[in-house]
Amino acid sequence: MKLVTVAGPPSSGKTSVILKTLRWLRDDGLRAGVVKFDCLTTGDAAAFEAAGFPVLTGLSANFCPDHYFITNIEDCVAWGARRRLDLLVSESAGLCNRCAPHLRGHLAVCVLDLLAGVDTPRKVGPMLRTADLVFVTKGDIVSQAEREVFAFRIRQVNARARILFVNGITGQGAWEASRLWRAAPDGAPVTGGRLRFSVPAAVCSYCLGETRLGADFQNGTLRKIKIPDAPAHA
Amino acid sequence: MPDPSDNTPAGGAATPATPAAAAAADLPLAGPRCAEFFALNHLPPPASHRALRSWWEAQPWAIRAEAGWDYDRLREALAAFLSASAHAAAAPALDTLEILPGRDKSGAPERHALCLRPGDIVALVGPTGAGKSRLLADIECLAQGDTPTGRVIRINGRAPDPESRFSGEGKIVAQITQNMNFIMDLPVAAFLRLHAESRALPPRETGAAVRRVLESAVGMAGEPFGPETELTQLSGGQSRALMIADAAFLSPKPVILIDEIENAGVDRTRALELFTGQGKIVLLSTHDPLLALSGTSRLVIRNGAVADVIRPTADEQDTRRRLALLDQNLSALRERLRSGGRIGRDAAASLPMTMTS
Repeated sequence: MKLVTVAGPPSSGKTSVILKTLRWLRDDGLRAGVVKFDCLTTGDAAAFEAAGFPVLTGLSANFCPDHYFITNIEDCVAWGARRRLDLLVSESAGLCNRCAPHLRGHLAVCVLDLLAGVDTPRKVGPMLRTADLVFVTKGDIVSQAEREVFAFRIRQVNARARILFVNGITGQGAWEASRLWRAAPDGAPVTGGRLRFSVPAAVCSYCLGETRLGADFQNGTLRKIKIPDAPAHA
Repeated sequence: MPDPSDNTPAGGAATPATPAAAAAADLPLAGPRCAEFFALNHLPPPASHRALRSWWEAQPWAIRAEAGWDYDRLREALAAFLSASAHAAAAPALDTLEILPGRDKSGAPERHALCLRPGDIVALVGPTGAGKSRLLADIECLAQGDTPTGRVIRINGRAPDPESRFSGEGKIVAQITQNMNFIMDLPVAAFLRLHAESRALPPRETGAAVRRVLESAVGMAGEPFGPETELTQLSGGQSRALMIADAAFLSPKPVILIDEIENAGVDRTRALELFTGQGKIVLLSTHDPLLALSGTSRLVIRNGAVADVIRPTADEQDTRRRLALLDQNLSALRERLRSGGRIGRDAAASLPMTMTS
């Protein structure tokens, strides 16, 4: 089974693009399914189900979403294998932009939305930097010139990835996307595999449910903002 | 398809690269691009360090850990940033664009093969749903018999390099549609400079290129705007004119697909001349009689296939000239009313009722 990790900021068009791409793969006779990772709530499962794709939803709720992804992906892959899928897509939002759900040996896709602005590629970090494929969405309503500048900005962050304009509404580019997914590497074991990028370190009192503010309540791994004219304190 | 595992630096956070490999992979630090990279990533400037390795070794732990950097990742990111211009610079040379026949919606073979050359303008006509967009899409994705129409596109007599099918930068096609807008919060000239930068134009050529785009855009739009006008403040006609001039002069793409720009308030004849002057191949899907007759050829699209290829006859060319005249008169009238003028006998005389036919 192929595993494809798809990450991108909220509302960048991940679900639409995945749906359009999977339809082409299904036409080829491939069995595809989706595991959707989210924090609070998601209605995307219904969209996949309506299109006839098996879907698994994971809500991290009050747990760090990145750690939730990492500690669950193995079981999700096993679920896909039991359903005899040829291809499993893991969809997750970009979370805090400091993380990336991409795994070594598995196709990694980052979805970016042209409407988010030309500085976006410089802000999103590892989920773009470590991706093999970058899908740029919503290009149909943005000028060709801005598309070219956007692609250049992506290139400045990731020199190796393929950049493809894919439209989740019209489906333009989804066929090309499906060819690239069909050629994704097959069957690398997830167990014992490696993340492409480490997740941030933070184990502090707030991770464990603290809600009060102030230095007295801050314990664990902390990091303070550097303020030039702040008075020195003990 | 690149091997995805290739995209990971050789050493992860926990596995330092061997000293020999790292030394071989050092990067010199020089030039404004380097400084820009450090500023963008909120890293201390390279200052007196001449190579990345020595700069890295001089940094305290907190800086190194900032965004999850390790030396290899940082080197890779800097190399990516510096090499971005190289990707953009290559403008694909195109001598011929062939469209080999596929089949129509009922599976019957398409009868017409097409071979287009720089400077050609092809108008696509047919009712909504006839397959105009599908033909444009086949060209856009450089179909190889693998789309629903079964058409095959050949570039310079050969099957295209797979890379040009599966990457946005490799695509040979620029698109302009009625739905497109400028969304960037920038003045016109600053934006054009940004586009020129992404094309890796040398700085001394940038100024001239920006001026040329601006001048021809203003010429087409009718209503003037300046280098400091905000992109998002442009009227529909001004935006479209700027997109057209930019696609003609600054975009590296040799093929332009235009989808229904007739109502944009742009001098259409001039727009087409601009593209042919730059040696572009233009395909335009249109219901506008002036545009439909302005092509070097006209494709009739029916039931998903090219049903006819029409070269303009002398009669059609004559009709086009009359339409162009009518179009000019209409524009002049519009301009006169807009600027508060009155209409006299001369204006009525320019309208077709009194034209000899």
